[in-house]
Amino acid sequence: MSGVNAAGWRPTMGEAGEALEKFVTSSGDYGLMLEEPLSFELGAEGKCGVDIDKPDRAPAAGLSKFLRKAAPDLPGLTEPETVRHYTRLSRQNYAIDLGPFPLGSCTMKHNPRLNEKMARLPGFADVHPLQPQKSVEGALEVIEQLADWLITLTGMASVAMSPKAGAHGELCGLLCIRAALDARGEKRDIVLVPESAHGTNPATAAFAGFKVQSIPATPAGRVDLEALKAKLGPNVAGVMITNPNTCGLFEPDMKAIADAVHEAGGYVYCDGANFNAIVGKVRPGDLGVDAMHINLHKTFSTPHGGGGPGAGPVVLSEALAPFAPLPFVTRGPDGGIHLVEEENRGEGHGRAFGRMVAFHGQMGMFTRALTYILSHGADGLRRVAEDAVLNANYVLRSCEDLLPAPFAKSGPCMHEALFSDAGLADGFSTLDIAKGLIDEGFHPMTVYFPLVVKGAMLVEPTETESKAGLDRFIGSLRSLAKRAKAGDDSLHSAPHFAPRRRLDETQAARKPVLVWQGAPGEPGQPSLSEIGGS
Amino acid sequence: MRYLPLTDADRAAMLDVIGAASVDDLFIDVPAEARLSGPVEGLPMHASEMAVERHMSALAGKNLSAGSVPFFLGAGAYRHHVPASVDHIIQRGEFLTAYTPYQPEIAQGTLQVLFEFQTQVARLFGTDIANASMYDGSTACWEAILMAARITRKDRAILSGGLHPHYGEVVRTMAKFTEDEIASLSCELKGEPDDAAVIAAIDDKTSCVVVQYPDILGRVPDLAAISEAAHAKGALVIAVVTEPVALGMIEAPGNLGADIVVGEGQSLGVGLQFGGPYLGLFGCREKFVRQMPGRLCGETVDAEGKRGFVLTLSTREQHIRREKATSNICTNSGLCALAFSIHLTLLGGSGLAQLAAVNHARTQAVVERLTQIPGVSLLNDAYFNEVTLVLPGDAREVLRELADRKVLGGVSLGRLFPAQEDLHNGLLVAATETTTDEDIETLAIELAAVLEGVPA
Repeated sequence: MSGVNAAGWRPTMGEAGEALEKFVTSSGDYGLMLEEPLSFELGAEGKCGVDIDKPDRAPAAGLSKFLRKAAPDLPGLTEPETVRHYTRLSRQNYAIDLGPFPLGSCTMKHNPRLNEKMARLPGFADVHPLQPQKSVEGALEVIEQLADWLITLTGMASVAMSPKAGAHGELCGLLCIRAALDARGEKRDIVLVPESAHGTNPATAAFAGFKVQSIPATPAGRVDLEALKAKLGPNVAGVMITNPNTCGLFEPDMKAIADAVHEAGGYVYCDGANFNAIVGKVRPGDLGVDAMHINLHKTFSTPHGGGGPGAGPVVLSEALAPFAPLPFVTRGPDGGIHLVEEENRGEGHGRAFGRMVAFHGQMGMFTRALTYILSHGADGLRRVAEDAVLNANYVLRSCEDLLPAPFAKSGPCMHEALFSDAGLADGFSTLDIAKGLIDEGFHPMTVYFPLVVKGAMLVEPTETESKAGLDRFIGSLRSLAKRAKAGDDSLHSAPHFAPRRRLDETQAARKPVLVWQGAPGEPGQPSLSEIGGS
Repeated sequence: MRYLPLTDADRAAMLDVIGAASVDDLFIDVPAEARLSGPVEGLPMHASEMAVERHMSALAGKNLSAGSVPFFLGAGAYRHHVPASVDHIIQRGEFLTAYTPYQPEIAQGTLQVLFEFQTQVARLFGTDIANASMYDGSTACWEAILMAARITRKDRAILSGGLHPHYGEVVRTMAKFTEDEIASLSCELKGEPDDAAVIAAIDDKTSCVVVQYPDILGRVPDLAAISEAAHAKGALVIAVVTEPVALGMIEAPGNLGADIVVGEGQSLGVGLQFGGPYLGLFGCREKFVRQMPGRLCGETVDAEGKRGFVLTLSTREQHIRREKATSNICTNSGLCALAFSIHLTLLGGSGLAQLAAVNHARTQAVVERLTQIPGVSLLNDAYFNEVTLVLPGDAREVLRELADRKVLGGVSLGRLFPAQEDLHNGLLVAATETTTDEDIETLAIELAAVLEGVPA
């Protein structure tokens, strides 16, 4: 095998991959590359990994007509089998703990383990949401302290803590706007959303009963202020602006946008998915924002967990604060903390628009986020934003000679660097670069988003990457750009070294198989022992 | 700062590459008047791990944790024993610190877990299919109502009086904005659920009936009868399960005719956590798949023909369909789904059935003991692991006094239904495998003392 060349890649990598595949083991596993059947193919009826007492009573007569005819059709596994099953599966995942995960807009930063430890204290983890208030004063205090930080960091009037994730926070903000308009006796049904917005923005607006109108971007990747002004009118309830936006750029006209929207009687919703770029540096409240959700799983490092849970508190301006949903925590004139819910909303909170979730929101995320915030402090959070922006600009300037960066000429980016796939060899695209990164040992960046850039590649390193780590990533990205420009066909079949090659998504969608079809004990695939015994 | 790897030398070298004099030059697009010159005022500076741990531990210490006292709360959140291996596995970095599996070649761990989870939920619910999770039971319930409206092209939903009042509040809040019609039946302090009233309310405009199973008072509605009546009028049945352990003992809603089954999965693997994060479960008939909200994981093959899994049917979702999506949901409850799935894998069907039997038996023991107390009576004969007891006075005050005696005695109907005075003497009491005979005896003694007005 030839050595690493000047560009940092091995020209024979494709062939090396082919050679590897020709060697077949009898187990189907390859060293530490371990295959794992479904739990249903491993488990057996009647097997159990939990020792459970025998019930000391027969079912009550009243329940007899409701009893199941047979136990649920779910095979069980003992503890050692269970631990091994999931541990083997875990090794088929890429994760932040393994290396850079530069998914733009998603903010995959290190998840401090102290946060996990604190969230598991019995005083937080083993507390019921409907315990008498005086038995949960510490939990209410966590909510109140986190709320206070979020309000102060954003310069807003209040915060609704209960939304469960970013999109849920968007919904909360838009419903506050609807409630405020209702209170004014106005029926405005249009929400303006830039073309570059996250898909959740238009989806949320529709979910909240609004019609969506799109606002174009300027050639510099910002909201077109004049085009926005032209759309304002008596039917416009508000705008949803992402700032910093999904091109990784700050919207310098934010205040002018807000002033124009307010002038026209509307409200300004800010998608705070990218708040991590400006936390401690800029307060959205100073820019005229009326509502903004904060993804605690982005800016404040609560773990993404393979797709959640997140948390999406929404900070609110004076104008929208009275409409925040129940339940919420408030500090009374006596200095004590009180939980306000349906029972005691009274006249003081009579304008709350209703309830969005069964209980108090994502308490387990609140404890983690508060731990993160206290660890960083006001000074550390400012440094978080600065280092995140520094890292992104370093990637931008280190790669822009090879990958076109459509907005780089206009100045620095914020926390993410945006490239396009223009200029690659014919037939090569963003997808090839992304899959090539997998072979290089990295998680790909966000691809084909935002939609306003052709073949977009959105790289968000975050502040928790070291310079050495970034240099390795940049080396790989540059190498891939060169290969794609040179027409290296081996990229089309990448990844070669992942647990799976490219997957057939068309087949998955055409004939959806969403649950395992086989019966327990009748594996749909040869069992491990069958493979091993051949 | 222990979480920030850049050194000052790194920063200087990087600024040099960028061609900027200082980090502040990178914030040049921010108007000067909006830039803060230093750390936000009025907030503390960074703190050591030890100092933060001390602060958080002090806050945790102010709460009365469920495991430290006799504990009988339920009403949509149940305390079960979670095997140690569950929490250990979900803390593996490969699960904990992964993102939504958008790059399936390096996310087969998460994807296979989701496929197994979907299969487990579908089998538990008796539905053809299930999705990869929602935020919680209450939001899943609202999404199910929207889905039923899309399928039936009608927009009147009937909520049984036995639906968790917070779920009802979520539904009514959302419907106020979408202008869907919600007919909410009121909850009555009767031993039998309101099946007849639900059936009587179904008309030709009804898109769906929403029935909790077992219901908020612990009663078990006759889903088969309700389904028959609903289907005769072209309406769908949405069953809401807030205690999935119950399905180890009572028939799966899908097997009784429910078209959509949603639920709260917190009981298995997730823990109490003061109400969140929890786990929305969502199952339905296969023919409705393209109207489902949320992520779906499907089986496929890779370029070498090996079985693999991908997120699929995403043309329903916001990142593709934008304002025409079936829901705005993006991040869901992935890690909670993993915890649920591990716990259910450890139990298996027979283990779940036995766990359910123990839960029911413990609750019978509670009923037997507490109904010996003068003035305390049992409302419902049919119950799983939660029952309604009727006290001689408002249960809220009784519970506060019990908490002073270090007993968490249940959930008062007054807290759940503050506007309905006729319910205020009702006390919901739940028991699980964690409930000991000593717990029950302590509750009985203290409850009797409170009712008799004996000082603590």
